[in-house]
Amino acid sequence: MLPYILRRLVLALVTLWLLATIVFLVANVLPNDVGRTILGPFAPQETVDALNAELGTDDPMLAQYGRQMKALVTFDYGDSYQSKRPVWGILSGPLWRSAKLAFYALVMTVPIAVAAGMFAARKRDRLSDRTIVLAGLASSSIPEFVTGSILAVVFGVAFGWFPVLASFPPGTSVVSQLRFLFLPALSMSVVYFGYIARMMRASTIRALEADYTRTAVMKGLSQSQVMRTHVLRNAMGPTISVISVQVGYLFGGIIGVEKVFNYNGLGQTVLIAAKAKDLPLLQASVVIIGIVYMLSTLLADIVIAWLNPRARLELGS
Amino acid sequence: MTDTHSPDEPRRSTVATEVPPALAVEDLEVAYVVRGIPRQVLRGVSFHVAPGEAYGLVGESGCGKSTTAYSALRYLPRNGRITGGRVLVDGSDITSMSDAELREFRASKASMVYQDPGSALNPTIKVGPQVVEAFRILGQSKTEAQTSALHALQRVRIADPARVLGRYPHQLSGGMLQRVVIAMALACNPRLLVLDEPTTGLDATVEAEVLDLVRALRTDTDSAILLIAHNLGVIRSMCDRVGVMYAGTVVEEGDASQIFDRPQHPYTVGLLRALPRRGLRKTERSLATIPGALPQIGADLPGCVFVDRCELATHECRTVPPPVVDLGDGRSSRCHHIDRIPEIREPEAGAVVASEGETVLQIAGVSKTFRQSGHDVPALVGVDLSLADGETLGLVGESGSGKSTLAKAILGIHAPDAGGELTLDQRQLATKISKRSSDDKRAMQIVFQNPDSALNSAWTVRKILRRSVQKLTGLNQQAADDRVAVLADHLRLSPRHLDLKPSQLSGGLKQRVAIARAFAGDPRIVVCDEPTSALDVSVQAAILNLLAELQAEQRTSYVFISHDLGVVRYLADRIAVMYLGRIMEIGATDDVFAGPHHPYTEALLSAVPSVDGEPSTRIRLDGEIPSPANPPSGCVFHPRCPRFIEGTCDREEPPMVEVSLGHVIRCHIPPDELRVLQARTAAAADATEVDAVADSVVSDEPR
Ligand SMILES: Nc1ncnc2c1ncn2[C@@H]1O[C@H](COP(=O)(O)OP(=O)(O)OP(=O)(O)O)[C@@H](O)[C@H]1O
Ligand SMILES: [Mg+2]
Repeated sequence: MLPYILRRLVLALVTLWLLATIVFLVANVLPNDVGRTILGPFAPQETVDALNAELGTDDPMLAQYGRQMKALVTFDYGDSYQSKRPVWGILSGPLWRSAKLAFYALVMTVPIAVAAGMFAARKRDRLSDRTIVLAGLASSSIPEFVTGSILAVVFGVAFGWFPVLASFPPGTSVVSQLRFLFLPALSMSVVYFGYIARMMRASTIRALEADYTRTAVMKGLSQSQVMRTHVLRNAMGPTISVISVQVGYLFGGIIGVEKVFNYNGLGQTVLIAAKAKDLPLLQASVVIIGIVYMLSTLLADIVIAWLNPRARLELGS
Repeated sequence: MTDTHSPDEPRRSTVATEVPPALAVEDLEVAYVVRGIPRQVLRGVSFHVAPGEAYGLVGESGCGKSTTAYSALRYLPRNGRITGGRVLVDGSDITSMSDAELREFRASKASMVYQDPGSALNPTIKVGPQVVEAFRILGQSKTEAQTSALHALQRVRIADPARVLGRYPHQLSGGMLQRVVIAMALACNPRLLVLDEPTTGLDATVEAEVLDLVRALRTDTDSAILLIAHNLGVIRSMCDRVGVMYAGTVVEEGDASQIFDRPQHPYTVGLLRALPRRGLRKTERSLATIPGALPQIGADLPGCVFVDRCELATHECRTVPPPVVDLGDGRSSRCHHIDRIPEIREPEAGAVVASEGETVLQIAGVSKTFRQSGHDVPALVGVDLSLADGETLGLVGESGSGKSTLAKAILGIHAPDAGGELTLDQRQLATKISKRSSDDKRAMQIVFQNPDSALNSAWTVRKILRRSVQKLTGLNQQAADDRVAVLADHLRLSPRHLDLKPSQLSGGLKQRVAIARAFAGDPRIVVCDEPTSALDVSVQAAILNLLAELQAEQRTSYVFISHDLGVVRYLADRIAVMYLGRIMEIGATDDVFAGPHHPYTEALLSAVPSVDGEPSTRIRLDGEIPSPANPPSGCVFHPRCPRFIEGTCDREEPPMVEVSLGHVIRCHIPPDELRVLQARTAAAADATEVDAVADSVVSDEPR
């Protein structure tokens, strides 16, 4: 197990390096005058040049790349080009907010989606199953900003049950934060419900048709006992993988949702940094999202291995 | 061995008629809904199994055996419907039970064991809790259930049961798992135990152990057994009575020995004649086949279900369903023409003439060592062999004995270790396939157990064959097409088949295509790796006949790997017995079967349940084949050898001793001594046979 985790971590480092390189390349393929972007079209050329010299953005590409790599290794991204404030200082707020929202959305989605998936599998091909499958398919194919807007209009504006804007003032109590975040979390939920429920349904069906389930039924166990002790554990694995991948997405921020509810999370930050060619900020946020993504998939694999000794065996080898 | 009960002596049930049968299937009709249309699979199946009786169901794949078995426990696939008839277990009709009653029935009255023990246990839960569960459901407390679980594993003779309880299923071998499954099945002391192909997929020696176990357990429970197995030998050795199924109907029923020795239905006759029985050799006669195929499910069969494949069929058979003719003694047959059964012809004698030829292939000192996670795993150790022109060499041995590795070494798929030599037609052969000339590659071909792996599913048969012909011979398109036509003719593939894709063909036809492909370039040697193991007996017979004919015509040599000793005996001219990568015995087929045998060969031979019901010597091998990574010292077979001599066998490698011309045994015990020892064991077995008869006479007395 431990060697496996080590191997995964090494792999994660390689992935991060690739990620950082890609971001660097993408940020530099376009004609790139950071000073001009920051200072605007009317600033005198000398000021722009001076700024570029100060930021080091007129250095040869290789030197700039070297600095980025150094930043990746030391985890020190320095100051943002745009605001001159330390990158980590700027990022900590959105990071925390995104984490809260993602966690909220997950807590809301996973239990319901898993239960719905299992229920659908048990009622396979009946009306309730068809309904769940169709609802899941529909909900995950509507873009989240559409869902978000509809929810905002219905529950925020029309009924006025929840705040339309999610950005709560500082010092808001946890309970009322939950109220503020309810609509954005729900919109994310709606999207991911479909993925998780469908995955759970498929893997439950597979487990229900497996020989070991037949053995359990033949022992005379009741359906709920069979589901609990035999089906659930086996069916959870693939679903956990799906969830872990989605944690990465949720964390990266769903820009649409952040926009609709004017919630300043990582998604918005990335967008702003990209627009402003604020490379340190961009790199740092992408690397953070990458790390979260990799940690969540690693965690998922560990949980799966814990659930299923055969998977453990594969990890060990 | 405490079990002196002979397998071949049916236990006549002494049960009076008042006691309800353990299982009564009455006019059962089952349909599967396919694309919205119910298609009939069982067409009025009726049979009874008395308490304590073992009843066998046999028949070709797809005839509805499993469907019957699942109906008997009301566990049909989702699209299955019982459309008529009743199933009574211990007197109560399970077709009308509520869910709760059904659960209670499964918990306490009936159990099932099926093929592939590897998937029958939940992979995520340790064995212990899974066995415990079977006792908890009977209302035992947790501690009681734990004790019971331990006892249950002891009862199925698992070594170190406490340790096994703490393991996960994937940490156990197939044989151990099947024992665990059987232990769980017996937890409730069921009235009815259904076994659907319980030993298919297990090695012959493991199969023998599991069957022994079931047989022994039968003496201390009075569970009725419904056994399904495609291996008729297994059925004969286990069952008191047998039902022969065809197209969802029981066509013949009766005492096991009677069914197998004096079949009274054309289908049973065909099935049995397709088997190489009583030591039949290819030189005596070809095997009988049953032409045609099982009707599709849902087909409309107004007359006799077997009419399309029956030699005796008349107009009456097409239109009038045959009556169930009672032949007395519990025998019955569904046939209009029972009196004409003796008219069914045996195939003509003397299909193939065996011939001695020049040596084609010579293998000297071939070893193959795999590297596995830092360890050397010697899969082949110093193998010497020769293969003559037009000869078939049978390779037998448990799985893991190195049969397939040897085949692959010959083909150059696994290059053997340095030092080994392969000679083809007196020329040294490169060990790696990539270094072989195209002529050498063409000279050696392989046919696998599973034809799918060798056939491109996207192509038509014609294209598959044409490609092989062109690749192997370099003929142009026109000439290749002609050659394909010739091949197809030889393999009895009709032009219609040539335009189909593999997925549209039956297993037997696919295997024919695979053989045709192997023969595309006039090979000198064809390696056949279990080519008929996945096929029904009648299809197997056709393939074996074909292989024999092709060989007689083209003087191709075969290396024939099979775990079915009857099949090997039929086809092979010589046999090599392998164990842990070494050849333990090699010789002409008749010599190897006649003995004296290597103790390992002796054990293999006695592990095989025979359809002919010969008394078997029942040598049992303990434990499993050791890992080749750390082979035992001295003779590698010594830890499992019943004739092990301490101080010699565990210290020194045995010599190769020539018993008679060309018959060599790798054993410390001199052949003459082996002969005496083996004769003694056989005599002892005959004596138990007599005891068993005496036993059954005693048990015929009212208790
Ligand atoms: N769920 C299903 N839906 C449709 N057809 C089925 C289903 N299960 C089995 N069949 C078909 O029903 C027929 C009988 O199947 P069954 O499994 O009972 O045969 P079997 O005698 O056990 O064969 P085998 O020896 O291969 O196990 C076959 O033609 C099979 O293809
Ligand atoms: Mg079956």
